[in-house]
This record gives sequence, C-alpha cells and structure tokens, in this order.
Amino acid sequence: MRNEKTTEEVALGIRRRVFEHSMRNNGGYLSQACSAGEQLAWLYNEELNLGAPTLPMIPKDFEGVPSASNPDYHTGAGYNGPATPEFDRLFIAPAHYALVAYATLIEVGRMAPEGLDMFNKDGSSVEMIGAEHSPGMEVHNGTLGIGLSTGAGLAYGRKLRGDAGRTWVFMSDGEVQEGQTWEAVQSAAHHGIDNLFAIMDVNDQQCDGAMDSVMEVGDIKTKFQNFGAACIEIDGHDLTAMRDAAREKHDGKPLIILARTNPYNAMPILQERFPRLHYVRFKSEDERARMNVSIAKDLGVDPIDYAH
Amino acid sequence: MVEMVSRPYASAFEKFAAGNKDILCLSADLTSSCEIDGFRDRHPDQFLSMGMAEQNMLSFAGGLGLAGFRPFIHTFGVFMYRRPYDQLMASIAYPRRKVRLMGFLPGVTTPGGMTHQSIEDISVMRSIPNMTILETGDATEVESICEAADSIDGPVWCRVLRGSVPRLFDTPIKVGEMRELSSGNDILVVTSGICTEEAMRARSALQKAGLSIRHLHLHTIKPFDSKALLDHISSVKHGVVTLENHVTEGGIGSLVAETMADAGVGKRLVRLGLNDTYAHGGSRPYLMRYYGLDATAMVRGIESLMQQEFGISESDLDTARVEDVHSLVKAEAL
Repeated sequence: MRNEKTTEEVALGIRRRVFEHSMRNNGGYLSQACSAGEQLAWLYNEELNLGAPTLPMIPKDFEGVPSASNPDYHTGAGYNGPATPEFDRLFIAPAHYALVAYATLIEVGRMAPEGLDMFNKDGSSVEMIGAEHSPGMEVHNGTLGIGLSTGAGLAYGRKLRGDAGRTWVFMSDGEVQEGQTWEAVQSAAHHGIDNLFAIMDVNDQQCDGAMDSVMEVGDIKTKFQNFGAACIEIDGHDLTAMRDAAREKHDGKPLIILARTNPYNAMPILQERFPRLHYVRFKSEDERARMNVSIAKDLGVDPIDYAH
Repeated sequence: MVEMVSRPYASAFEKFAAGNKDILCLSADLTSSCEIDGFRDRHPDQFLSMGMAEQNMLSFAGGLGLAGFRPFIHTFGVFMYRRPYDQLMASIAYPRRKVRLMGFLPGVTTPGGMTHQSIEDISVMRSIPNMTILETGDATEVESICEAADSIDGPVWCRVLRGSVPRLFDTPIKVGEMRELSSGNDILVVTSGICTEEAMRARSALQKAGLSIRHLHLHTIKPFDSKALLDHISSVKHGVVTLENHVTEGGIGSLVAETMADAGVGKRLVRLGLNDTYAHGGSRPYLMRYYGLDATAMVRGIESLMQQEFGISESDLDTARVEDVHSLVKAEAL
C-alpha cells in the first residue's frame, strides 16, 4: 500500500486519536501512545511488507470463538493483509496496547475511524485487550510473555517453508520479567531463527508503577545478547535510529530492538501521574479539563468537547 | 502368555512421521525417555530440541501450527500441562492449532512420585473446549496413536504408554469408538489405559463366581459417544464399575456418572481410581495395589456394587505382569 503520510504524521495521528478517545471515555492507554507511537507508526508505515487488508474497514461484530461448529471463524490479522508467503506478519505481544494499535490501523488507512468508536463495546470485536479476532491481531497475547514464543514458532515454520516474509513481534519491557521470554530467545538463537524480529517498547513502566520499583530487571540488552539474540538499543522516538537498527546484520540470530522511550513523550503533563501511568483515568473533573487543554495544545489540536 | 512389545512408540512414530514434512517432532529434553531418540538421529530435519522450557515449547508449537505444521510435542504428560497451562490454553487450545500433545507416564506408570505422575490431566483436558483426549491401553493402541491423533482437526491430548507394553488388541484406535471386550449382562465394567489389563485379569475369576461381565475399554475420552455407553448400561442388570489410572474426579468415572445423570439412569455406579489423593513413588504393581487400581480392586468394587462377597482371592486372579524397574526399554528408571 502507498504511504500517504509521513511516519511522523502517523505517530502524531496515533497520539491524537488515543488522546481524543481517552478524553471522551474518561480514561485510556494514553501513556502507551506516548511511548510507542513512533514504533507502531514506523512498523506499519515503513518497515513491514504487508498486503492490502482482507477485512472490511468497519470491523464486524464479534462472530464467536474458534470451534469445530464455527467454520467461518477468522482472526483480525486480515487488517494486516493476507497471510501469504511473501508478506510479513506482526504480533502485538502486549495486548493492552490495542487502543494504540487500532489508532495505527486507522492512521495508515487499514481501518475506518469508526472502528475506534466500537472500542470496548459489548458485542464488538474491537476489544480493550486485543483478542485474536480484534483488528490487527492474529493470536492471543493477553498473557505477557507468550508473544515471542509464538512468533518464534511461526518464524521457524516459515523458514522451513522458504517464505520470504518476516515475523515481527512488538513487545513491551515488562515481559522480560516473564521466564518464557528468555526461553523464547534461547530457543530462537539455538535454532537460528533469524527471520524473527522484535521491537520492544522500553518505557520502564508497568501496571504497579515504575519497573525498577516493581521488579528490577537489570541490563536487558546484555541479557538478550547473552541468551543468543542480536540486540540493539536505540532512542525509541528516533525514526532514523529505528530504520538503521532494523538493517543490522543478525545471521542465525533473532534481532531484538530495544526502543528506549518516554512514557509521557509529547504529553508532558502526564508526568504529574508518574509513576502510575499504565492506564490513565482522570481523578477529577479539574484534572481532566487541565489535561485536555494541555495535551491538545501539545498535539496541535483543539481541546476535546467531551461533554456529549 | 500375552505378547510384550518393546518401545512401540519409537517405531510407530518413525513409521508415521518420517518423510512427512508437515510433521515436526518437538522434545523437551526427554527424547530417549519418550522413545524419539532414534527419530532424532535418523530424521534431524524434522526434529526440534526445545530444552527444558515447556512454556516456550507450547507457544512455539502454537506458532508452528499457525504456519501450517502439525507438531507432535513430546514430554512426560505432567510437564506438558501443569506448568504451561496458560500457554496450552492461549497458544494451542483456543485457536484449535493442530498440535499433538504426546504425554508419557500417565498416572502411576512412573515411580517418580507426585512431580512425575499426571493424575488429574484427563479432568483438566475434559474441561478445555476444543480439546480431544485419547488414551492408550496396549501396544496396538500406542502403534496407532499417531494416525488417530493426526486425524483430528484441532489439538489432541494423548496418554502414551512406553517401554515394554502388552499387546491386548489387534485393531487400531478408531477415534470416537469404544472397545467391547466382553458382552455379559450382569455388570458393566468401564476401564481405560493400564487398568483395562487389570480388569481383564479379574474377569475369568468373576465369571467362575457366576457373574456375567460386560467390559468396555475407552481409548477415546473426548469426544465421547454417550448413546453407545447408555445402550451398554441398559444391557446390564446391576450397574457399572469404572476403573482408571487417574483420580476419580473428572476422569472416566465422572464421564460415566455424568452420562448416567444426564440421561436419568438410576443404576448403581462404583468409581475406582485414585481417591482424592496424590500418589508417592514406587513400582507400578505396588502403586496399583496400594491405591486400588488393580484387578483385586476391581473385584472388591464389584462386590461393593453387588453388596455380596464372592470369595475371590489374589490367587484366583490371572497372573499379573511384573515389570522391571530397571529395564533396557526405558531410558531411566522413571
């Protein structure tokens, strides 16, 4: 698909949509848009080789879970295009980034803006925690730590098949607290799964607060390298660094890009909420109003009229 | 004398899988213990060592399933589901990946104690939507488990016997069916896995005592043909006794109880198996006797159901096979 916007414009658009949604709904995953905006914008707008969407621009209602009696079942991966050998695949490992991922799909013309109005509504496939039937999703990743393993398995299978397409996993840094992440890296390294790529939003935040207060994880770049991956650390808001990192040679190894980010990047007023940034629900009408004015100004839009 | 087959899974898996590029053999560091070491050596391009990392192995297998492969994953049953239960659900069961979970050492077939004995796996698997459950009771069933599992459009949980395995049957597993081993009309005996051989040991003594036994062996536990079971239950006068290498809660005893309750059948039911207990380590005959999973337990269960003693003693039962704990057909004494 032809890029109609620059990646910077897509990242800004993601933040605007997540901001607008969070204001109207009195809360949302605002901080994740701040930290991961560039990464998802870059993946969809530049790096991933994806075909045209195979699902309707306006997401269908929830159509049931996989079962032998539900033959028409499909995942939300169709928003990323067809799962054919030449194209890349993407898993969003931290499924609570779904709001940011949906905003990305809209910004790159893969989903209609109305899709976001269906977010977290009963009967909708546009779920709050992205399920495998949600737009842009292909597998369940609601449990942190399973995305990279599934990506490794898919990548290995595709390597055996001789597919040209790569398998990408968007990860979050909290996942390195899960043992399965390290199992995944060591197995991908052992089996030479070099068509596996991951970019990790290292925002140092998790549900309970700042990561170093919840569970210190140490030098994860060295850890990844010691477990056998090629690992590069970059400024996660620097698109040029991201582009260069993806070109890094990593023969016989998975490539993991650690994107160091600021959880209130582009919305500095969110710093007031540090270290509880996981889900921003406004504590008072005053806070909501102040943040509305401040963030709107930073994003270059008018404040949201959320009264109706 | 019953024929004993050495390492039936080894040759059966190799015969089934070799050269089929859509089949991949995964192992979590128990390759010779799961009888796939020969396959690994002769077909390295279809073999993947996953190390002692079951959580990754299950999600990885889910990814392979997504890529159109049909991975057969091998480890002891208990390691396949207790630690990576969440991965089993999210990466395999929910999306109906064609992953074949070959779980060795079912129930008390290991002296490894609680950590090695999968005694509640059937109960767990029965409650998982999209899951098929097969259990092997003899060498012929082990030899046919790969084809049977691979015929399923979705994930399959298999309880696989290994080492020196008796040949009791001469026809392969037919998924969804049950074996009618004797067709009496007093009592219905329903068994699975290694307990079937025990029930067979008890049968001639029971017949001598004047009891006519109808004996069913279940190799397919889910999906289950309730109607066929109900027909068998209606053919006997007194009731049903189940015996399984598993806790009685959630296993085949529960399966029979649920089937009877759903249909409003008012006959007596005695469920035999591990009775709300873990087991400890020991030889298989010792554990089967201690926990009431053997031929003697079956006789006592039938006496309980009939509320009558038949004077059958240990010496009246057909000879029990005694397996060596240390045997060349097992990689280690587990």
